[in-house]
Amino acid sequence: MSAPVLFDLPGPKARARIRIGTAVGVLLVLALVAFVLVRLNGNGQLDPARWAILFDPNSGVPQALGEALVRTLQVAAVAMVAATVLGVLLAVGRLSDHRWVRIPVTTVIEFFRAIPLLVVIFALYFVLPAFGPDLSAFAALGLGLTLYNMAVLAEIFRAGILSVDKGQREAAFALGMRKSQVMTLVLLPQATRRMLPVLIAQIVVLLKDTSLGFIIGYFELLRQARSLVEFLNFNFGNIYTLQIYVGAGLVYILINVLISQVAKLVEKRTRSSAKAAGATAPALPTAPINTGNNSGL
Amino acid sequence: MQFFIDNFDILRDAFLQTLLLTVLSGVLALVLGVVLATMRVSPIPPLRGLATFYVETFRNTPLTVVFFFVIFGLPQIDTVVSFFTGAVIAVGMYTAAFVAEAVRSGINSVSPGQAEAARALGLGFGQSLREVVLPQAFRTVVPPLGSVFIAMAKNTSIAAGFSVSELSSTLPRLVNANAGDLLVVLLAVVIGYMIITVPMAYAVNRLERRVAILR
Repeated sequence: MSAPVLFDLPGPKARARIRIGTAVGVLLVLALVAFVLVRLNGNGQLDPARWAILFDPNSGVPQALGEALVRTLQVAAVAMVAATVLGVLLAVGRLSDHRWVRIPVTTVIEFFRAIPLLVVIFALYFVLPAFGPDLSAFAALGLGLTLYNMAVLAEIFRAGILSVDKGQREAAFALGMRKSQVMTLVLLPQATRRMLPVLIAQIVVLLKDTSLGFIIGYFELLRQARSLVEFLNFNFGNIYTLQIYVGAGLVYILINVLISQVAKLVEKRTRSSAKAAGATAPALPTAPINTGNNSGL
Repeated sequence: MQFFIDNFDILRDAFLQTLLLTVLSGVLALVLGVVLATMRVSPIPPLRGLATFYVETFRNTPLTVVFFFVIFGLPQIDTVVSFFTGAVIAVGMYTAAFVAEAVRSGINSVSPGQAEAARALGLGFGQSLREVVLPQAFRTVVPPLGSVFIAMAKNTSIAAGFSVSELSSTLPRLVNANAGDLLVVLLAVVIGYMIITVPMAYAVNRLERRVAILR
């Protein structure tokens, strides 16, 4: 249902009301923006010289943020690849015919979906060293992201596999394929294709979660921004705080909006190609108990 | 066991902080989210635009960055909030974007005939939304909204990075003092979150079955 159903095509009176509403709405938005700008200006935050530091190579700020962005993308890439591989294995394991595979795999998935990612990272970074392996901040963050996202991705893949039409599986068995062949040659490729938009959307979630590195001291974008602010505050006083944070925030938003758009594009393409093939995607089955994060939050 | 007796106060206070944070930011997110969803389907273009901008911005910003803007940014417009209030605002505003998306998709899932019938009976935009569309939308939206709020309960852990003494923050604190009981500390924190999330998941399931409508 699109918006126009909720209200009739406006007549002259309604059009006048909408115009008034529009004017009031615009005024409210402008008033809010003006309020923030006036306050910021009162504190001298709008001084162009303050914002220039974001683009001035001599200050070292753009380079530092660039390097930090690379570190953010590194940990995100490592975690995404590892989580995808493990996620597929866990999804297949959860659908296994053997109880001794299914039950432990289900436990692992539900465990990591049920506890906050930060607790996983804390456990790897603070608790694990007592039992031997001393993880760097990079390893703790990467491993934490991997463990959490592999559980989320496993559920996504499982939903995808279950959504493939039953006839596909039956036909593959009828052709004499083994269980592993049915999974790898028939079910997984179709499931992956169908779940591609969700997979891409999960990259956004993962990329956002790399900012947790801030809390354990991995020098990703946000931590770098913080330490730049501390350094600049020490040298010049508290004048660049807002500028650096806005800069770092905008980088996240830009990259994530880009990935979200790609996900939308892919979704549109898969939907239209499915229509072309004359197939309608059945509703995805929902997980029995939902302690997880399926909403990109 | 001795560990639990010794640190019961710390753990209980931390647990209550997490619970309070979850409830308060949940209420903020629900109210703000429904308002945003309403704005997104309203006939007034600037409100639609504002809500879309809000949702797209917050959905693509890490919660940690939202925390940064609330804790370090608000003072720049002469508004100083305590760390706890800041955490409620950050988590609430961030989650509101996801609530808005969930509610909007619920509104879209109500069959157009319902809204058309409401219009035909002469109900206005506000009335048809309030009396006809939203009550039905909330029913379909229970499962996605439930997972949004469960994720939010887990997301409150990020407040640990901003001087709020909630559940996760006890982990680094207690680890140093209790080198022998590391796994117990971890277990206590995990159980603390499960006490919040598992009943929530159960309640969502129950609610979903109770309000389900057959189509």
